[in-house]
Amino acid sequence: MTLFQIAEPGQTPAPHERRRAVGIDLGTTNSLVATVRDGRPECLPDADGRVMLPSLVHYTPEGAVRVGEGARLALMTDPEHSFKSIKRLMGRSMSDVMQLRQALPYRFESGEGVPRMHVPGGSVTAVQVSSEILRALRGRAEAALGGALVGAVITVPAYFDEAQRQATRDAARLAGLHVLRLLNEPTAAAVAYGLDRRDSGTLAVFDLGGGTFDISILRLSRGVFEVLATGGDSQLGGDDFDEAVACWILDEAGIKAELSTGAQRHLQGVACQVKERLTEHAQAEVRIELGREAVWSGCLSCGRFNELIDPLVDRTLRACRRALRDAGLEAGQIDEVVMVGGATRVPRVRERVAGLFGREPLTDIDPDRVVALGAALQADVLAGNKPGEDWLLLDVIPLSLGIETLGGLVERLIPRNTTLPVARAQEFTTFRDGQTAMALHVVQGERERVEDCRSLARFELRGIPPMAAGAARIRVTFQVDADGLLTVSAVEASTGVSAEITVKPSHGLAEGEIERMLRDSVAHAAEDMQVRRLREARVEGERVRVALEAALSADAALVGEDGERITAARIGLDRALAGEDVEVLRQATAALEQACAGFVERRMNQAVARAMKGHAIDQFAHGREED
Amino acid sequence: MSITLTERASRHVASQLARRGRGEGLRVGVRPSGCSGMAYIIEFADTIEPDDAVFESHGVKLVISPQSLLYLDGTEIDFVREGLNEGLKFNNPNVRDQCGCGESFTV
Repeated sequence: MTLFQIAEPGQTPAPHERRRAVGIDLGTTNSLVATVRDGRPECLPDADGRVMLPSLVHYTPEGAVRVGEGARLALMTDPEHSFKSIKRLMGRSMSDVMQLRQALPYRFESGEGVPRMHVPGGSVTAVQVSSEILRALRGRAEAALGGALVGAVITVPAYFDEAQRQATRDAARLAGLHVLRLLNEPTAAAVAYGLDRRDSGTLAVFDLGGGTFDISILRLSRGVFEVLATGGDSQLGGDDFDEAVACWILDEAGIKAELSTGAQRHLQGVACQVKERLTEHAQAEVRIELGREAVWSGCLSCGRFNELIDPLVDRTLRACRRALRDAGLEAGQIDEVVMVGGATRVPRVRERVAGLFGREPLTDIDPDRVVALGAALQADVLAGNKPGEDWLLLDVIPLSLGIETLGGLVERLIPRNTTLPVARAQEFTTFRDGQTAMALHVVQGERERVEDCRSLARFELRGIPPMAAGAARIRVTFQVDADGLLTVSAVEASTGVSAEITVKPSHGLAEGEIERMLRDSVAHAAEDMQVRRLREARVEGERVRVALEAALSADAALVGEDGERITAARIGLDRALAGEDVEVLRQATAALEQACAGFVERRMNQAVARAMKGHAIDQFAHGREED
Repeated sequence: MSITLTERASRHVASQLARRGRGEGLRVGVRPSGCSGMAYIIEFADTIEPDDAVFESHGVKLVISPQSLLYLDGTEIDFVREGLNEGLKFNNPNVRDQCGCGESFTV
């Protein structure tokens, strides 16, 4: 039974008049598209009835592009121009790619900036390759839904940084898709299970795909999912289970010879079938035919299979424990465990995950489809098919955003896990007398020092009128829109001169770097605190010294008998500035300020006297009234 | 002849009205359309016509035209959550058959 929303007068939509929106799971191994029909999310199949589109793209010598199953054969015949797992290259810079290069069969064009890979008739970027997958899914959806889409929700791993998210958005735009929102994959899975309608809770999303494993610990509060911790293994998945079975078969059959490519594929296919059969049966017949002579058949029991894969499952559980530790939680504090990814069908995986968390994981929804289904539900809401904002899921900022301040410290303007969209402003000032420009450095991360965070952008605010240090008021605003795009602006208050930058980072963080950055911020919190105190004390000491120099050069005559004391205090401060002791530095700064007190007072008196010279007191009073 | 809102539904309608900032109440009705004969209308009521019937449930006014009332007499409107969906649900005793999704119905 349909649930109705209240419409504006005369605007009740006609039945079945819905805005077409889809959810897309753009996966490393497989991609899916889903939509909400008759109030239920469902995955859309291709003409052959398959819902999973292998994330493979082949650029043929004739200049055509094949996506999905049609590109699989080319992985063997034309590896240089056949792209698989392109998601791993999204948002990566040339230097990131150089490290992976050995493992990749592609020919990279030399040069800076976005890595380009050679294909017949030109070159392509990871964004372009991804967009081919998205375009195929878009075509499938438009054919199924009978018209153009208003937009799509595309899922990304929780650990994706700004650059990787931006690359995903770019790929969508290239494919002619309007991105309603990027949604974290674990969040999408939780939405598919309806967990978002609870008031609060903590959940673990265990995502074991074909070639990657991700564990995410989420906290739900007031309709917002926060990512507490992520972890995993980018080189572990269901394919490794197949591999383990294949090795067992070779062992049992006593085959030692090098296998041909065809034989290897046959073996892998058999291994995969055996694995799938064992999800529902206690044992599976194995029969392989390698060449004309070598036929072997045997039987793999469930117990033996479990032994084979246990070392792999152990690795996933270790990552889970680590993520729990990062989140500061015990396994027993997790309210729900959601299973995602085809490999979670393996009973042994479910059993051991249940053992770790002390509760049965949620497995009712097809683990291959659950992410796409959740994205479809979210897309339906965002497309406006269900008016009412109460239950709009919000994205959060994965890492804090801030600005570099003096001494190489980070001033965080938007803390991590703030919900989008958001705008935050803070006032900064000049450090030196007569300073007319200010360099702004936008960084992302949880650490106190700039060099431990990630640089997103630099820009300058010029045309600040010359003023005494600390007199200028520069308002810096960070704005992140619902799509996660960051705009930073700086405005000087008295003149209105302004500068602005939109951050579209061009480099990605290396694999697992966000996780590392998060972990480091906890591990180094105390040390960072100490560094911050020292740097702040240094900045303050430096400021006093600079101010004194300026004053001395202007009014040396007023120093009078304080000269010696000031010089002594100045030497003391210089020495403290070279050292590492916060307390000594603070005392030296205070001592210099004290030594200068008389001098500063005399300067002040002189300035006032100068200003009033030639004016009678009542003139000032009169002037006041006229204002 | 009457139609009613459950307490939960009236709370939902009241909060939607408050958020919108204006409106006399909730207008419900039917019109011919959809795959199965009739479709519901559910809108904010900015005006009340002289012919309209007005019922009050838990402090919320339900406004309905006399023609529509024939199809909706005895209906109770509830507010429910189902998965990601939440919204108003018609429990209409006059319905004999409805389309798969329940957006339209026959009497």
